[in-house]
Amino acid sequence: MLSWNDILILLPELYLVAAVCVLLLMDAFIRPEQRNATHWLAIAITVITAFLVVMGQPAGSGAVAFGGMFIRDTVSEILNLFTLITVILVFVYARPYLRDRKIWFGEFYVLTLFAALGVMLLVSAGNLIMIYLGLELLTLSSYALVAFHRDSRLASESAIKYFVLGALASGSLLYGMSMVYGATGTLDLMQLHAGALQTGMPNLLRFGLIFMIVGIAFKLGAAPFHMWLPDVYQGAPTASVTFVASASKLAAFGMAYRLLSAFGPGDLLHQWQLMLAVLAVLSLVIGNLVAIVQSNLKRMLAYSTIAHMGYLLLGLVNATPSGYAAALFYAISYALMSTVAFGVILAMSRAGFECEEIDDFKGLNERSRWMAFLMMLAMFSLAGVPPLFGFFAKLLVLKAAIDAGMLWLAIVAIVAAIVGLYYYLRVVKVMYFDKPNEGVELRPQADAPLRWVLSLNALALLGLGLYWGPLISWCQQAFAG
Amino acid sequence: MITLAHFIILGAVLFCIAVAGVFINRKNVIVLLMSIELMLLAVNINFVAFSRFGGDVAGQIFVFFILTVAAAETAIGLAILTLLFRNRGTINIADIDSMKG
Repeated sequence: MLSWNDILILLPELYLVAAVCVLLLMDAFIRPEQRNATHWLAIAITVITAFLVVMGQPAGSGAVAFGGMFIRDTVSEILNLFTLITVILVFVYARPYLRDRKIWFGEFYVLTLFAALGVMLLVSAGNLIMIYLGLELLTLSSYALVAFHRDSRLASESAIKYFVLGALASGSLLYGMSMVYGATGTLDLMQLHAGALQTGMPNLLRFGLIFMIVGIAFKLGAAPFHMWLPDVYQGAPTASVTFVASASKLAAFGMAYRLLSAFGPGDLLHQWQLMLAVLAVLSLVIGNLVAIVQSNLKRMLAYSTIAHMGYLLLGLVNATPSGYAAALFYAISYALMSTVAFGVILAMSRAGFECEEIDDFKGLNERSRWMAFLMMLAMFSLAGVPPLFGFFAKLLVLKAAIDAGMLWLAIVAIVAAIVGLYYYLRVVKVMYFDKPNEGVELRPQADAPLRWVLSLNALALLGLGLYWGPLISWCQQAFAG
Repeated sequence: MITLAHFIILGAVLFCIAVAGVFINRKNVIVLLMSIELMLLAVNINFVAFSRFGGDVAGQIFVFFILTVAAAETAIGLAILTLLFRNRGTINIADIDSMKG
């Protein structure tokens, strides 16, 4: 039965649905020169939703609504909060970029907020149906966001690639879900474990698990299911890529945690642990090696994402509360680092100049010291140089892999990190030691909110690197209950 | 007598045809959309069969959601396809290769 309590637990999501519909209607009735109203209203909606998420948080180990469909616990609170933060960052960074390219439409805000709603439902799902619906809401909105630059040849090409491979991944995930349903007789994640232990068809369950892991790996962008990622990053408008690179990765972690933790502990655990370890090794090696030869910065960041998903998988391989906490911490750190890197690209691009080749950053230090410094912070943090945020995130997942008894995996990861240092440092070298290109005007956007928020975001990498204690203990507490 | 195994084999065959359609097809993007649709229908057969033979209706409810989402997915796919044709004048898969590496 529907009760007031259920509605109260779901309040942030319900508010977001209603508010986005109002935003869509309002945007249809204003003139293009009043687009700023849509912009600020969208940011206000996101802030209020984040406020409702924090305020509506039930005490203790969480609450369940709608007969187990929906779980609100600390894990979903952390993921929701950081998703909404990255959405605000995307809105602030994207405005000058969209305006310069004459694609500053209200649909960008509506689609991004619907995608954020998809993330919120996905990470709080308590049932396979909810996982599927949240995921599709996120991915369908993402396809449209990637195709957002209507007249760009590259954007439509990357959108069709994203669509076909994304649909393939959803199909594989669903096929796995149908087999798991057949073997366990339930769609409820809480009862899945009990059903898996007393199943009469263990082979069917194993097959289902393999298909589901393929689907998860596609969504994470882990090798060998990473083919879509470089093309999407390179071809799509940078504003959309910033969202796909940050919030979607938080969502993919949330989905992997909800699905995989339903199968632990027990016999099945060892099977998916080994599969994830293989995915992690492939991602680390392929991501870091192929990134070296890239000349396009967005494409290089795509391969670096693949490598980072390999590190995130190290935390999931551990499959204990501390391993999940390390993976969650890694997902948050990656989301914040990638928004800085793409934020600088957005800040340096102008009408007719994408600023996405690594050579475009030549001599940035001479033209804009502050932007070069922010980019350097992002690159060092992505590379895992102490005392930045990325270093502690890497440290925790390495520890998780060693605790899981996979020392070889940690050694591969460390070697991969050293290889990775090369291409991050190359960007820093180009910015600080090369002469600027003749005739190219390198000047950051004069948009004040962009500059302030980007600076704050980059300094947060330093701040969270120095004071990482509260965040990691929050993550650990989320999985302890 | 038709048993659960028959349905699962039918679903598996349809799923394999769909995956082969995505990977072998080098001609036309519309065939890709048809393959994706076929894949979701294979999943639906699985769900309905498990639901019927397991005596649990939840699987059939899932099928309603999959059908609805598949319709939305096709709509977005066709929209992107129109965009692709307008920008490039072709929907031949072999021609969609401006990004490499």
